[in-house]
Amino acid sequence: MYEFEFARPTTLAEAKAALAEEDAQALAGGQTLIPSLKARLAMPSTLVSLSGIPEIKGVCIDDEGRVCIGGGTTHATVAREAAAHYPALASLAGRIGDPAVRSRGTIGGSLANNDPSACYPPAALGSGALIITDSREIAADDFFAGMFETALEEGEIITEVRFPVPERARYEKFAQPASRFPLVAVFAAKYADGARVAVTGASEEGVFRWTAAEEALSSDWSVEAVEELKAEADGMIGDIHASPEYRAHLIGVMTRRAVAATL
Amino acid sequence: MARVSMTVNGEQVSGEIEGRTLLVDFLRGTLGLTGTHVGCDTSQCGACLVHVEDAPVKACSMFAAEAEGLRVTTIEGVAGADGTLSPVQKAFQDYHGLQCGFCTPGMVMAATSLLEENPKPTEAEVRQYLEGNLCRCTGYHNIVRAVMAASGQDVGTVAAD
Repeated sequence: MYEFEFARPTTLAEAKAALAEEDAQALAGGQTLIPSLKARLAMPSTLVSLSGIPEIKGVCIDDEGRVCIGGGTTHATVAREAAAHYPALASLAGRIGDPAVRSRGTIGGSLANNDPSACYPPAALGSGALIITDSREIAADDFFAGMFETALEEGEIITEVRFPVPERARYEKFAQPASRFPLVAVFAAKYADGARVAVTGASEEGVFRWTAAEEALSSDWSVEAVEELKAEADGMIGDIHASPEYRAHLIGVMTRRAVAATL
Repeated sequence: MARVSMTVNGEQVSGEIEGRTLLVDFLRGTLGLTGTHVGCDTSQCGACLVHVEDAPVKACSMFAAEAEGLRVTTIEGVAGADGTLSPVQKAFQDYHGLQCGFCTPGMVMAATSLLEENPKPTEAEVRQYLEGNLCRCTGYHNIVRAVMAASGQDVGTVAAD
């Protein structure tokens, strides 16, 4: 690792001030950033740890019944504390990485990084979540902007994510066994006003909504409704683990499994 | 350089660190607690797993500065003060849950976390929980047997098919 100054603010205001320094970088749970720093892929002047800020941690329910999760909340806490309110989201959080990764990694870090194979982006997009930062609110539909790209400005911090709770939902993941990241995973949710289906691990553009499946499932939430539906291989990731055609095939399989698990 | 203080295995400790000092380097280099191993140094293998505030953490993927004021337990803090092995350690010995021993500190710490969360896990739950801990000797079966035995369950059915 290159040398850097380490800042550990205890309030959001202090964190904002520290991040205003030139080449300062926020550190969430560090489960992606620390390995990147070791590989010298990043060279921040100051690393601003967000792990000591109580005001951006925790799980609660707001007046509209939405599940609200602080940006600095770990996957382990979401798996435990959201289970009674949004089981599909808690189940997703409890299957990220391994137990030690879940003790440190946070929802804010995962969303801000927007890895094309991460688990939280499809949950946010598939739930139509609202992402709250220190300065504004961003709809999940406007948040993800391609691989490792988001609508966040330099130094902007995710303070909270609000999830409307669906009638039924499920996250189905086909894990790449070495990395434990999804090779392809699908978050499918049935809301009163329609279905949402979000896909991770597949597209070269990162997480996306499979609108053809959403239309079919909105009128008929059943496995049969998506039985004949095929995702396009065009624009899918091809690498040593899977071809674009195989990933497109898995989108259909994971979607059907997700719907079946809710019935 | 900055000063960091934390509680390690019940003792208040402190030392000088750089911003980039990892928790595992503070434990091994500054405190001399070399039971925590560094295997891959990329958070894949789990040999460096310790408990921070009772939660499993890979000590190679956390900065020492972030442990300020926190409670850390390493493999050295697992056995009793008189050297009596913990139930998990005893089971690893009884069921031959190790060969070269390099991954064992992380395995014992992970298995201890599992049994605190889930005192009677199924074989599948044991295997799933340990997926972030790699062992290149045992083929895992005896590790799983040891964890099942430590939880007071029958080991006869482990890896039976």
